[in-house]
Amino acid sequence: MKLSEKAEEILEALWIKVEEEGRGFAEFEQIGIDRDDPAYGELTRHALIELRDGRVYFRPEGREEGKNTIRRHRLAERLMMDVLNIRGEAGDDKACQFEHLLNEGVDAKVCTMLNHPATCPHGKTIPPGDCCREARQSGDLGVVPLTELKANQEGEIAYIQTDDDKKMQKLMAMGVLPGNRIHLMQTFPTYIFRVGYSEFAIDTNMAREIFVRR
Amino acid sequence: MGWFKKKNSCHGTAAGSSVKGAWKVALVGNPNVGKSVLFNALTGAYVTVSNYPGTSVEVTRGSAVIGGVPCEIIDTPGMYSLLPITEEERVAREILLNETPDVVVHVLDARNLERMLVMTLQLIDAGLPVILVVNIMDEAERMGLVIDIPFLQEKLGIPVIGAATAKKRGLDEIRRAIAGYARNKQAVFGYSKRLEADIESVASLITNDYPLSHKSLALLLLQRDEEVAGLIEAREGTGYPSIEEMVKAKTFERRQSFHMDLSMERRGIVKGLLSGVFSAPAQRRVTFSERLSRWAVQPLTGVPLLLIILYYGLYQFVGVFGAGTVVDFLEGTLFEKLFNPWVTHLVQNIIPWPILQELFVGEYGVITLGLRYAVGIILPIVATFFLFFSVLEDSGYFPRLALLVDRLFKKIGLTGRAVIPMVLGFGCDTMATMVTRTLETVRERVIATLLLALAIPCSAQLGVILALLSKALGALMVWSLCLVLIFILIGLLASWVVPGETPMFYMELPPMRLPQISNVLTKTYTRMQWYFMEILPLFILASVLLWLGKITHFFELMVEWMKPAMAAIGLPAETAVAFIFGFFRRDYGAAGLYDLQTKGLMNPRQLVVAAVTLTLFIPCVAQFLIMKRERGWKVAIGIGLFVTVLAFGSGWLLNRFLLVTAIL
Repeated sequence: MKLSEKAEEILEALWIKVEEEGRGFAEFEQIGIDRDDPAYGELTRHALIELRDGRVYFRPEGREEGKNTIRRHRLAERLMMDVLNIRGEAGDDKACQFEHLLNEGVDAKVCTMLNHPATCPHGKTIPPGDCCREARQSGDLGVVPLTELKANQEGEIAYIQTDDDKKMQKLMAMGVLPGNRIHLMQTFPTYIFRVGYSEFAIDTNMAREIFVRR
Repeated sequence: MGWFKKKNSCHGTAAGSSVKGAWKVALVGNPNVGKSVLFNALTGAYVTVSNYPGTSVEVTRGSAVIGGVPCEIIDTPGMYSLLPITEEERVAREILLNETPDVVVHVLDARNLERMLVMTLQLIDAGLPVILVVNIMDEAERMGLVIDIPFLQEKLGIPVIGAATAKKRGLDEIRRAIAGYARNKQAVFGYSKRLEADIESVASLITNDYPLSHKSLALLLLQRDEEVAGLIEAREGTGYPSIEEMVKAKTFERRQSFHMDLSMERRGIVKGLLSGVFSAPAQRRVTFSERLSRWAVQPLTGVPLLLIILYYGLYQFVGVFGAGTVVDFLEGTLFEKLFNPWVTHLVQNIIPWPILQELFVGEYGVITLGLRYAVGIILPIVATFFLFFSVLEDSGYFPRLALLVDRLFKKIGLTGRAVIPMVLGFGCDTMATMVTRTLETVRERVIATLLLALAIPCSAQLGVILALLSKALGALMVWSLCLVLIFILIGLLASWVVPGETPMFYMELPPMRLPQISNVLTKTYTRMQWYFMEILPLFILASVLLWLGKITHFFELMVEWMKPAMAAIGLPAETAVAFIFGFFRRDYGAAGLYDLQTKGLMNPRQLVVAAVTLTLFIPCVAQFLIMKRERGWKVAIGIGLFVTVLAFGSGWLLNRFLLVTAIL
């Protein structure tokens, strides 16, 4: 089922009213889309919503669909901010356009790439998808900063994220290169890790910039 | 720490020992792989060797005759790559860029062959005449690593020698390789097509000859190495703009990940080189030194360990044994009872004029005071401290201490790295001020210099003050509390006032080793020698000046002038003498206090006020000169003034406080 953009926006607004604000329904004016818009007809035809007494209600399938729509929207926001570094209003606008492309499994891919984020940049919850549940069950942390590892855990260095060229060179000269095994030995008072046969100590700020795949 | 050395090596860039027509042999490699040990073995000179990364900050030169060929051996500070990041690395690369060595000996650590071989590639790429020394083979073998040296040599196309220089293994082979060095066909390592094309597009524009190959220069340019860019701009002249343009275009094209791509390609090449050469046991062997290292770095065991080290090393060995037993014997028995009466008698017989007698054996006599202070009081304390310091340094404990205190040091604007100058400061602040240059940022160096000048008492001073205050336990407590408080307060203030940001902390942890007695002794000896050569003239000069002051009555005048200042902080006028002494050396001043106290001139309150003021007071003349050399006039004078004001201010405040509260 492919819904129009308008229809998806109605679902989102309704989902926020019902699921996050705890109301049973939404008024047309709260949704912000005119009552004579054809999108309402589209949604009732798919049996996702019901219109009664000038109010909009979810049908059970609609609730599920609404959750997925809001999830895609918030994932899009995260993508804008975290990866593309587009922030503020521009980011929100772009996210609104982008979310409609995140269907048919693309959302799961994006979600995995972002390492299953729990909240959007505005701090609202992103409803977990199947991919998030699977990741949690398998205990797969994905790619995380070194600070997230516990002492005596091992991983493979995935990438180094730093704006400072010099620091990157230093880390690489020390053997911190993507693909190398890294063994975290201690986390306090400083991070101590081993690469190959050498041991290094680094502070928290630096540990935050080394990303590791478990 | 490359400034302690014997006669046949000399400081910095002044190549005094270089022989005309001698072969230049440069030792290069990562920090802490044994370059200095090799240097000592080849030249027979002594450079301080330590188990602390980045301790050779200066270039050391020495001469040797190897296989009948006179050679000039150049020991360089540690470098991780041909592209320099820190000051030491820049200094090391200068040698390769400007001096065209006849042989470049790359020393690396066998245990980290894979990581360090990357630099060998860079040296070969640069077309330098490289010999590879795979060092520390003994420890690698203990860990079960197997390295096929002949096969590696075949693959690299350069002489490769397995060695354990600290155990004198492989030295003859290294000598033979240097003497018989002939430029063979070195291996050429191919990068990916794309990278080779990019390198070629820049390299083909370079027309002049340089000590490094065009390929290597092109790579450095692509990594935006400004120093090399400057060098090429100067040499290429009108051809440079097109080079610059090409570099700009290529770096922009590959802006996403050039450094990373290059590192990954080099790693790939090294992996290929090592297949069939290097094998490691499936199960890592955990050695005792690793277990000890774990204890040292975990706060739960590390802090007690530190306290044990401080108690036995610093308090029992340096304080009780060095400053107590040995000083009592040397100063009390040898000097006061035997030597001084004898020498006084002798001088009085030889020299008939009382005024000249005074110069040698009077109250401030060169022999009875200067020599007595230097040999009787200062020498044993400093000797025991340096012995303690050298043992710790060689064991590899300091990097562990550095990571343990990093969090605390961050609060005062320093990183854990500053732990070496700070601890060394308890031995000799002058030496420690020199070592601050190993700190990364100017901000750290300024803060460390200030704290050393102000709140870290040197061992000589510490010993005398401990002896002075040990009779009144309360006074000792007040004194230590004051110093700790001022250290923290000024540290916090400085980190807030001095501009710049706190750098990140990273440090390689060398394995912990059992210190070698011969190395520890030599090191202590050379440090002592340096220290003694530096202080003895000052002590004698001070004695002469004090004698001059006394016979011209200028001295009494000065004491008179300082009376109000002394009175303001509640001290008897005689203490002015100690402060005038203190201007020459703080420990000399403290020793002056010691004399006053034995005469029973001071009560505990006055003693503690004097001790605090004197500890904070102006560093000795030598330290001031080093401050000026390292930080420049402006900073040195600024710190000097600040310290003086703060010292007397604190003394005044403490005196008020003690009078009001009547604690002592």
